[in-house]
This record gives sequence, C-alpha cells and structure tokens, in this order.
Amino acid sequence: MFQFRSLSSSRSLFWPACGVILTATSGAVWAAPPPEAASCAACHGAQGEGMAAAHYPRLAGMPADYLAEQLHLFASGQRQNAIMSGMAKPLSAEQIKTLADYYSGLPVTMAAPAQTVPADLKPRGEQLAVYGDWKAGIPACFRCHGPGGVGVAPAFPALTGQSATYLDQQITAWKNGTRSGDPQGLMHTIALRMSDADTKAVTAWLAAQKPEAAVMGKTNQAGGAQ
Amino acid sequence: MSKHIQQIKPVLTSILLASVAVVPMASLAAVEVTPKSAPNAAVLTGSTFTPPDPSTIPNDEFGKMVQLGRNIMFESKKYAPQYVGNSLNCVNCHTDGGAMAGSAPLWGAWVSYPAYRSKNKKVNTYEDRLQGCFRYSMNGKMPPLGSDVLVALSAYSYWLAKGLPTGDTKIAGRGYPDFPAPKQAPDFVRGQAVYEANCAICHAANGEGRVVNGTVVFPPLWGAQSFNWGAGMGSIKNAAKFIFANMPYGQSYSLTPQQAWDVAYFMDGHERPQDPRWEGSVAATRAKYHDNKNSLYGTKVNGVLLGDTGAPKPFNE
Repeated sequence: MFQFRSLSSSRSLFWPACGVILTATSGAVWAAPPPEAASCAACHGAQGEGMAAAHYPRLAGMPADYLAEQLHLFASGQRQNAIMSGMAKPLSAEQIKTLADYYSGLPVTMAAPAQTVPADLKPRGEQLAVYGDWKAGIPACFRCHGPGGVGVAPAFPALTGQSATYLDQQITAWKNGTRSGDPQGLMHTIALRMSDADTKAVTAWLAAQKPEAAVMGKTNQAGGAQ
Repeated sequence: MSKHIQQIKPVLTSILLASVAVVPMASLAAVEVTPKSAPNAAVLTGSTFTPPDPSTIPNDEFGKMVQLGRNIMFESKKYAPQYVGNSLNCVNCHTDGGAMAGSAPLWGAWVSYPAYRSKNKKVNTYEDRLQGCFRYSMNGKMPPLGSDVLVALSAYSYWLAKGLPTGDTKIAGRGYPDFPAPKQAPDFVRGQAVYEANCAICHAANGEGRVVNGTVVFPPLWGAQSFNWGAGMGSIKNAAKFIFANMPYGQSYSLTPQQAWDVAYFMDGHERPQDPRWEGSVAATRAKYHDNKNSLYGTKVNGVLLGDTGAPKPFNE
C-alpha cells in the first residue's frame, strides 16, 4: 500500500496526457465510447487494442465480468498498480460496468503477433500452454483460458494478444502477492509452482501466437452448443 | 479422521509449508487465504512410477497408434467421433492424458487386465473395459473389438505402462485414492454450497460446463452432454474419490473429505442421460443395476425422481 500511495501522485500528470491523445483518436468506428473511456484510450488504445511496446494490455474482447472485476481490484488495492489504482478509485460501480461492457464488446484488432518466440523457449513454452507440467502441479494455460488462450467468460481472460512482459509481470505479481483476488486463488497457486524460466518461456510463447487466435468466441453452455 | 489421512497429512503439510515459504507474508495481509493444495493427485498415493515422456513416442508404425491413442484421450470427439455421444474428453477424468497417478492412470489399468468385473459379471479384457468407457462415460457407442480406436488406446496404455509388472493390481496410484467414509451422510444442500464456492466458476452454475468456439473447455457435470447413469462417475463414492484427489483443477486435496462427499452427492443428484442398460422402468433398472447407497438413480432428490426420463435416446454420430 505504501508503494501505491507514493506513486499515485503520477495521476496528476497522467490525466491531461490522456486527454490530448484521446482528442486525436476519438471517433471510434465500432461503437461510441462512453465518456469514462476517455481515460483509458491513451494507454489501452482507441479500440482497446493495448500497447504492446509499453506492455499495456489489450482490453478489447475480454470478458466483461473479468474487466469489471479488475477495476474493483485495482480500487481495493488487491491488484496493486500505481496508475490503475488512481484510475479505478474514482469510478462508481455503474461506471465500471459501463467501461467493462464497452471494451468487452470491441473487436480484437491486432494485425500480427507482437513478438516471435525465441527457439530455446519454444518447446517449454508450448508444453506449459497446451499440456501443462503436472509433475510440478502446473495445469495447461489453455485448460482454463480456452483453446488458443482465447479466454472463457466470465472469469478467464484471453492470454494471446498480450505482450510477454505484461503476462510475465502478472505471474510475478501473483507470486509475490501484489496481485490477488483471483478466483479461488487459482493463479496464485499456479504462479507459486512456476520457476522464472517457466514464466519466461510460456509468456514468450503466448505473446507469439497468431492474433486470430486471440478473438474470443461466443461462450455457450456446453449443453446448448453440441 | 482416518488412519489413512493421518499418514498422508505430514506429507501434505510439508508441501504446503514449502510453497508458502516463498510468499512475502506482509503482502498477503489483505488477501483471502488461498486454499491449501497439493500439486497433483499423485502426491498422496505413494506412487513411485513415472511413465515415459510423450516426446519419446517412437516415430514408427507402433508410435503412430500410440499417438492416436493419446490424441483420443485429449480430444475424444475429434479422434473417435463415431463412438462419442457427449461433450466429454477422456482427459476430463484421466488427468494428464491418463498418465497421472491418483487420476485413474491408464498404466494402472493396463497391468490389471484381464480381470473379472462384477459390473458385467464376466472376465473383461482391456478392450472390453475400454468399450465400457465409451458406452457409459462417453454416452456413446462401443467401438468394436479390434477397431483402430481400441487398438490405439491399448497401444498408448501399454506404452505408458513400460516397466510395470503385469498383474500388479494393487499398484500405488491406480484408480482414485481411497479416502475416509463421510462423518455425516452426504448432503445435497451442503454439496451445493461447496459447488458454488469451488466448482461453478468453471463448470457453471447449472453444471453444464462452458464451450468456446465450439470446443468444450470445462466439461458438463450433468445434463444431456455429460456421462450417463451407467458411468462409474455416477457412483457418489467414486466421484468423491476423484474430486478429493483432482478438484478443483490444480488444487488437489484442497477440499475436506466431507466436502468431496457432499459435492459428489450434489453432482450425482442431478439428471443425466439414461442408463443404456435400461430395463423398461426406473424401478426395474434401479433394482438390477443401482440398488446400492452410492447411486441416486431411481431415488427422489430435490423432488425429482432421477432417471425417470424414459428409454435411452438413440446414439447420433
């Protein structure tokens, strides 16, 4: 908490910057952004596509419930992030829902994978993402985040279409407790079982996956779809 | 608490201490407590067997069948569509593609057959046993003896079991580990509370799982796309053992035995496809196949007479 408070003063610098960039990128082609989104676009992109170079995650197409939950966690401090805590704290529950619904409804627009996976990380990365490593108690990423890591509403976010650094930061944060509030401690538990090498390999692999795999399909109940 | 659990408890405690030790305690002050769990189902079984790594599947004709068997385990409908009648994949109940001790590993089964089974009152070959999986757990059609699907699953099982002594039917890690009888009779309402707190995030509040882009991510636990009333998982005891060792996913042994019994009762207290051994009425089918305390078939749960859905529906590919 101390760390968060000392850094939160950066908010005063951040808001005007957002406004400038937003002016240049407003007029979304997909849906009219709600006024609350003005603060988000500078870092997360006009279409919520994220900014891989700066490790800001994409929001477009993520499960709405997941996005809303994250804003609540930023506000409560369970997910510690200097910028986002400042952004989330003033929002009402209604505003949070508006933002989450808006970004969830945006199409995933990445044109290409942000990165390529180094050859030495590929086998381990792919193994962890697709099959997991049960000896170490690490389930496959795709087992819960869906085939291709597309995300499974309401609780499991997409993994592809994010930068390796962003994904790495999250696993590290679950490990050291600066990100919590994940349902049933699922990611906290898994992160504790992952070595730094595991984290590096799997995040590099995920960041290199084809962007079309990042488009979350409609989530149905199993009984209705087949 | 039973002797068995007392014996395994020190092992579990040491694992938990080891994993907690790397967490800075101060940062967890405001965090809800993460459930204590073991890394996998094998931990408390005493199993010492390690099956071969999938990367060593030989690159020849035999290896192709082994690989097909492994593929069927992970994507059953894709690789054995003519025999699978629901949304499940073998791997849903056989963690790590049938390699994991404590999660009904195929290597444990391979060295235990042929064997007499009271379920069908005859000596079953391994292929006979596999047929039962498709008929009941997959709510489908039995692949013919000698068909590619059964040959592939047999080849994969044989390959997994490399080095194990044939006939070692008590091998550690086989099936799901035994655990204590419930202190209180398993209960639907308590089970529902366990389900909502631990299971619904994946399997959904209505138990029907979740599908993304046409692929089943979280398997349906009851309803039309789940295992039928003839499956082993329809036994409360069997389901409780599986759940205790394997669920929630990645959090083995985190529920109490009582919670596992209660949530198994809740799961098996819901409607699912008819038992294919249907005897013409619920009462007759219960009398012949379900007359025991571990089956809720033919009993009233929550006002519903379970199994009262008429004759089995014909299988559609």
